[in-house]
Amino acid sequence: MKRSDRRKRRRFLARALGLAGVGALAGCEKLSQTTWFPAVLGKADVLSEGAAKLVRRKALAQEFSPEDRSPTFRSNGTADPGTDDYQALVADGFAGYRLVVDGLVESPRQWTLPELRAMPSRSQITRHDCVEGWSAIGQWKGARLSAVLAAVRPKPEARYVVFHCADPMESDGTDLYYESIDFDDAYHEQTILAYELNGQPLPVKNGAPLRLRVERQLGYKHAKYVMRLELVSSFAGIGGGNGGYWEDQGYQWYAGI
Amino acid sequence: MENAEASAVPVAGGYVYRRHALAVRIMHWINVVALTILLMSGLGIFNAHPALYWGQSSYNGKPPVLELTAADTPDGDKRGVTRILGHEFATDGVLGVSAQPNGQRAIRGFPWWMTIPDMQWLSMSRAWHFFFAWVLVLNGLAYVGYSLVTRHLSRDLAPTRFDLAGIRQSIVDHLHFRHPAGEASKRYNVLQKFAYLAVIFVLLPLTILMGLGMSPWLNTVLPGWVGWFGGRQSARTIHFVCAWLIVAFVLVHVFEVIITGLFNNLRSMITGRYRVRTQMSEGNAPGPVSGGNDEAQ
Repeated sequence: MKRSDRRKRRRFLARALGLAGVGALAGCEKLSQTTWFPAVLGKADVLSEGAAKLVRRKALAQEFSPEDRSPTFRSNGTADPGTDDYQALVADGFAGYRLVVDGLVESPRQWTLPELRAMPSRSQITRHDCVEGWSAIGQWKGARLSAVLAAVRPKPEARYVVFHCADPMESDGTDLYYESIDFDDAYHEQTILAYELNGQPLPVKNGAPLRLRVERQLGYKHAKYVMRLELVSSFAGIGGGNGGYWEDQGYQWYAGI
Repeated sequence: MENAEASAVPVAGGYVYRRHALAVRIMHWINVVALTILLMSGLGIFNAHPALYWGQSSYNGKPPVLELTAADTPDGDKRGVTRILGHEFATDGVLGVSAQPNGQRAIRGFPWWMTIPDMQWLSMSRAWHFFFAWVLVLNGLAYVGYSLVTRHLSRDLAPTRFDLAGIRQSIVDHLHFRHPAGEASKRYNVLQKFAYLAVIFVLLPLTILMGLGMSPWLNTVLPGWVGWFGGRQSARTIHFVCAWLIVAFVLVHVFEVIITGLFNNLRSMITGRYRVRTQMSEGNAPGPVSGGNDEAQ
């Protein structure tokens, strides 16, 4: 083969590769916009969750010492729900706050904040991992979710705990935040309804008066401004039906990775 | 690489033999696709918080070790900057601030043409990343299993005593872009072997492990294991650095592929057929390669 032929062949190869690359990237864009392809990608979540849950379902998240705590605990997402109802609660120091627990339970009931403080509690210094990539360390104290559930006695068909929150995700005050976890997490040793951060009452920016701590999952699972727990057998009819506000926007329900 | 005698076909100036087994070729191209998507979707994920830290937490009173961000200009505009260990570099247009496909400038870590999807869309980047992470892991396990069973690993990749004795010469040869020709081109050279082994058994596993280290659930498998690597944010930093080391490997790999005969090399990884030149003829020399280093191997 002549040199010029080789050069032509090389140029052709380089162009073909370049075109293929551009085409492949445009293809990735198109595929992201379909409904079926992200559903295919989502199949991997089943694998990831299955693999993660194969090992040590009850293992504890790492706990840290007081000096590891972040100087200030970053607020992300809603920093203040800002609704009239919420502002009224803040105004009287959450004296009017009631945690409602209902759904698929034998005996639905409500708790005031002092009543929750009297429940079996746990204090833990843990690392909060945001889906965005950052981490912060804080000390949390709260009522054990297992104790709250024991008091309401879930029905056998209950599979998930749904957390209904006070913070609207739309500026017109609608689309309240919500989240959900399964019973593996609900009965986990470190799963608490936290009312204290670093020894102080939970600040508004971090979810006052009550937020979920579910230490083996990413930050968006840790619902802030929790008003009501609902036990359900499926997510149908709740929000977009995917088990959480961010899940309805395409985030994974299992947020252990 | 396969037995040459079994499938050698004579051609002008040498012969063609089957260099790469079908399984290796398939796994190689799966790797190309998976690693490309993993890199680009990974940069999309990184863009959600374009800063890296050392330690367990991002908020420990110390500045990030790396940050792609926007700095204010005197005239009230934004320009992209990269801060590494306290040093600031102007990276406007690529890192920190770059133009979107519609031409508008936006504050984002890596530019749109380096991420999947091109717009900032964290959940979609994660979906791509975690799917192709499984592709990479399963493909990698299949490769290691295959290489052990067929002795590809011990026959073609493990450096021989002969190889080790020639390291110094091989380094000199590489620096002069001299590559084995003729019969010697049928074997991986010693630097090539070390590069492949390092990527297969150190770099890729470490990248995957540090990816798993970012998972709060997998952190609980062995209490405190992420601390051995400095903590969760360190794991994120190591994952990022490893990803770029893999890119560096790929760049060198592609460079070597090009200068040792792009067409012949590509063909051997597509159809398996590789041409060995037993005699040099005019206009046939594969690029700048000189024939004189057979003895050195």
